[in-house]
Amino acid sequence: MLFLRPLARLLPALASMLVSGLIAATAFAADLPALVGSLTTGSFGDRETAIGALAASGEQRAAPILEALGAGQLYVRKSDNLVLIGKPDGNQLALTEAISGKAAGSGSEAGLDRIRVNNRLRGIIEAAIGSLTLMSPDARVRRGAAEALFKRRDASSLAALDLALAAEKDPRIKQSMSEARAASVLASDASSAQKLEAIALVRERADRDSLGVLQATAVAATDPEVKAAATAGADAVRQTLAAWEVAQNVWYGISLGSVLLLAAIGLAITFGTMGVINMAHGEMVMLGAYTTFVVQEVIRTSAPHLFDASLLIALPLAFAVAGGIGILIERGIIRFLYGRPLDTLLATWGLSLVLQQAVRSIFGSSNREVGAPSWMSGAFQVGQINVTYGRLWIVVFSLMVFVALIALLRKTPLGLYMRAVTQNRPMASAMGIRTPRVDALTFGLGSGIAGLAGVALSQIDNVSPNLGQGYIIDSFMVVVFGGVGNLFGTLIGALTLGVVNKFLEPYAGAVLGKILVLVFIILFIQRRPRGLFALKGRSVE
Amino acid sequence: MKFGSMMRTGLVAAGLLAGAAGSAFAQGAPIKVGILHSLSGTMAISETTLKDVMLMLIEEQNKKGGVLGRKLEAVVVDPASNWPLFAEKARELLQKDKVAAVFGCWTSVSRKSVLPVFEELNGILFYPVQYEGEESSRNVFYTGAAPNQQAIPAVDYLMANEKVQRWVLAGTDYVYPRTTNKILEAYLKLKGVKQEDILINYTPFGHSDWQSIVADIKKFGSAGKKTAVVSTINGDANVPFYKELGNQGIKAKDIPVVAFSVGEEELAGIDTKPLIGHLAAWNYFQSVKNPTNEAFIKTWQTFTKNPKRVTNDPMEAHVIGFAMWIEAVKKAGTTDPDAVIDAMIGIAVPNLTGGLSAMMPNHHITKPVLIGEIQGNGQFDVVSSTALVLGDEWSDYLPDSKDLISDWRKPMSCGNFNVVTGKCGGKGK
Repeated sequence: MLFLRPLARLLPALASMLVSGLIAATAFAADLPALVGSLTTGSFGDRETAIGALAASGEQRAAPILEALGAGQLYVRKSDNLVLIGKPDGNQLALTEAISGKAAGSGSEAGLDRIRVNNRLRGIIEAAIGSLTLMSPDARVRRGAAEALFKRRDASSLAALDLALAAEKDPRIKQSMSEARAASVLASDASSAQKLEAIALVRERADRDSLGVLQATAVAATDPEVKAAATAGADAVRQTLAAWEVAQNVWYGISLGSVLLLAAIGLAITFGTMGVINMAHGEMVMLGAYTTFVVQEVIRTSAPHLFDASLLIALPLAFAVAGGIGILIERGIIRFLYGRPLDTLLATWGLSLVLQQAVRSIFGSSNREVGAPSWMSGAFQVGQINVTYGRLWIVVFSLMVFVALIALLRKTPLGLYMRAVTQNRPMASAMGIRTPRVDALTFGLGSGIAGLAGVALSQIDNVSPNLGQGYIIDSFMVVVFGGVGNLFGTLIGALTLGVVNKFLEPYAGAVLGKILVLVFIILFIQRRPRGLFALKGRSVE
Repeated sequence: MKFGSMMRTGLVAAGLLAGAAGSAFAQGAPIKVGILHSLSGTMAISETTLKDVMLMLIEEQNKKGGVLGRKLEAVVVDPASNWPLFAEKARELLQKDKVAAVFGCWTSVSRKSVLPVFEELNGILFYPVQYEGEESSRNVFYTGAAPNQQAIPAVDYLMANEKVQRWVLAGTDYVYPRTTNKILEAYLKLKGVKQEDILINYTPFGHSDWQSIVADIKKFGSAGKKTAVVSTINGDANVPFYKELGNQGIKAKDIPVVAFSVGEEELAGIDTKPLIGHLAAWNYFQSVKNPTNEAFIKTWQTFTKNPKRVTNDPMEAHVIGFAMWIEAVKKAGTTDPDAVIDAMIGIAVPNLTGGLSAMMPNHHITKPVLIGEIQGNGQFDVVSSTALVLGDEWSDYLPDSKDLISDWRKPMSCGNFNVVTGKCGGKGK
């Protein structure tokens, strides 16, 4: 009974709060259906106005509704004009009422009309969500909102940003928000002093987006001081970015070089140690790529949870398939043509056509889809360099293959026999090494590595019967340039050619860049016919 | 006397029988139709489906009894994305197989390669793909879009709707992208776009390493003005291009890409979720809702036994071209090329977007222009459409061709008549 009295005193206060809350809720509730309703009718232009109004309403439900609209998940049910959010759930859609957030069962798209948006609206929705989610409890969402608002540089989000800045505790997100605020200030009618402050802040950020902001300000500004500061800031940022660009091109060059290395290193062994011109080398790469496709198909149908490991499963299989076919080629065709390089060239060229057609007959001539496992998708930033995971893993993989090959040649008996046969065939034979067997295994090794290259290339290029044709010329260029038979030469050659190609591309274009690289190699070979690092020894006579 | 009359009756009867047998024999000989599309190589991704739709159209027509009482027979050859081989195969179709008409080609270089063959042997080619114009041949019917039915309206849409001020023109290195970019550059400059706001870039067929070019596009697009990419990239180079766009995080709302050679078929093999919002400009999309289109899609998916098989604009062009050819053959009463060519002009057939397409004297057809945004399921969402536009192959934006018109009706019968000088034979064909 003692607690009843304080409770009784509280009761009127509670009651008035409840009532005002109810009034407020009904007032808002009256607005929200009208706003959402205006989203469903009219042209794209009308929808733009409706989105703006919804964003300005400050409604809690506005953010999820706008998110759904941007993702193409906002629907109107044809039967009762109810606005629903539908998230894909297997073959059906899991439906929730847009305005109230209540679950509404599941259904298919059949009875629903999707509310359509176009590109322009999607951008506006992103900015609107940005301003609505600045105060979200999730740190990542707040960060994303600040970044989106920085890119949009919209003067109308100033108020929201000020509120969010006052409440923000995380220093990094606070930095993002201050930069977004600075960008918004530059787009507004603030005083010159404020704009100069904002320019300094944006200039410090020094990335692509800030360059855009500064350049836009420099063009639009009327105050000469602001204009000058913006131009100076843009120039400074541009210089920083130019330095990063050089680093970016080096990275691209390394990534292209690693692809060339993978494709060429098998050829370095067969061409280098045996002097056999194998025009079917590209098809070994292609076979590796198709092995990956088959492995992924099997996994897709029988063990989908293994998809992320599909490449790792495909690696030994691709090596076995390509290596096996390589040994067959050596035993079946090349063995009879030693010492006749032109005949080998012709025979292997014909073989490449046979292999291409065989693959075309089995798999069809159209491209096959090889998916990327999750750990190979996406990218991350190192400073201002954008590094994609796929390319990063390919660089790592090619270096691993290279190291493994060097180890095989230096430390294993097979490697020893291979080196012996390359240096002095008659003496090696006299020492009891079975040279025909070593030849077959060498050829198999070279082809097997090409198969491994195919697994990697299936991630970045189209898997078609013509895949090999795109890499055979480049492989020969790398091997000839780097020094026939020398693995380190191949490594240096591949990386050099990759970097040179990537530095030429922005200026000369892709087509002319390749031509210039080819001309460069031809001239280089005139001076040093044996390539960068020549291997001393006698090839198969 | 009795013997004589018996003889006469016998002779008449024999004559009648022979005549009947003879006409039945003539009725049996099928009309051959040539299909000249790459089934292998870099363009197979786009052209294989055109061969399949032609086979379906021929089968459907045969179910209706063929034409002129004769069945149609398809003769399929594979020029393997090899341009000189296109000319060889065209010659083979016209001389050895004696086809009545050929439906084929995709890239402009393949069309330029076969053009002399068709003009020498007086064949008929139905060319179903959007192209750069600057050509008008008596032996070719262009059922694909000319630049004013695709490229120019797409640029207009971007200027009006996305307020684009900076332009990247990226194409594969051959005649179609080069000429289209010339036209677009002239058009953009006419609209007041400055030279430094235009970036033009070419890559070889099958190009797979897009890292630097996409990074360049990102750089060009961060100058503070809204930037868009106009892509005339052809063939399977599109797949790594779009993948790289996704990898480098270029979203359609930041830098939209409008493509002229990417349709439902090219998107069928890639995950289109990172590409949502990028655009394509065509005269037909599978997602256009009307009864004719729905019936066509159903027939197509039954024919290919694949309920997920897609349709695209060049397929619609073949549907229109084939229907027009059948009508022209019926009108002329023969498959003789000269008669059919003369009978073709003025023929109107239904298209798949709910209207009619008519063959005009310049051998082009009327088409509506549709702009579509890529969806997550590989289909396009139409965001803008126009009324029927007549194809104009002699671009009004290039000084060499703005005074030229083409009219293949007699007596003018000229593909490049210069209206200013009043003479036939303005710019070369």
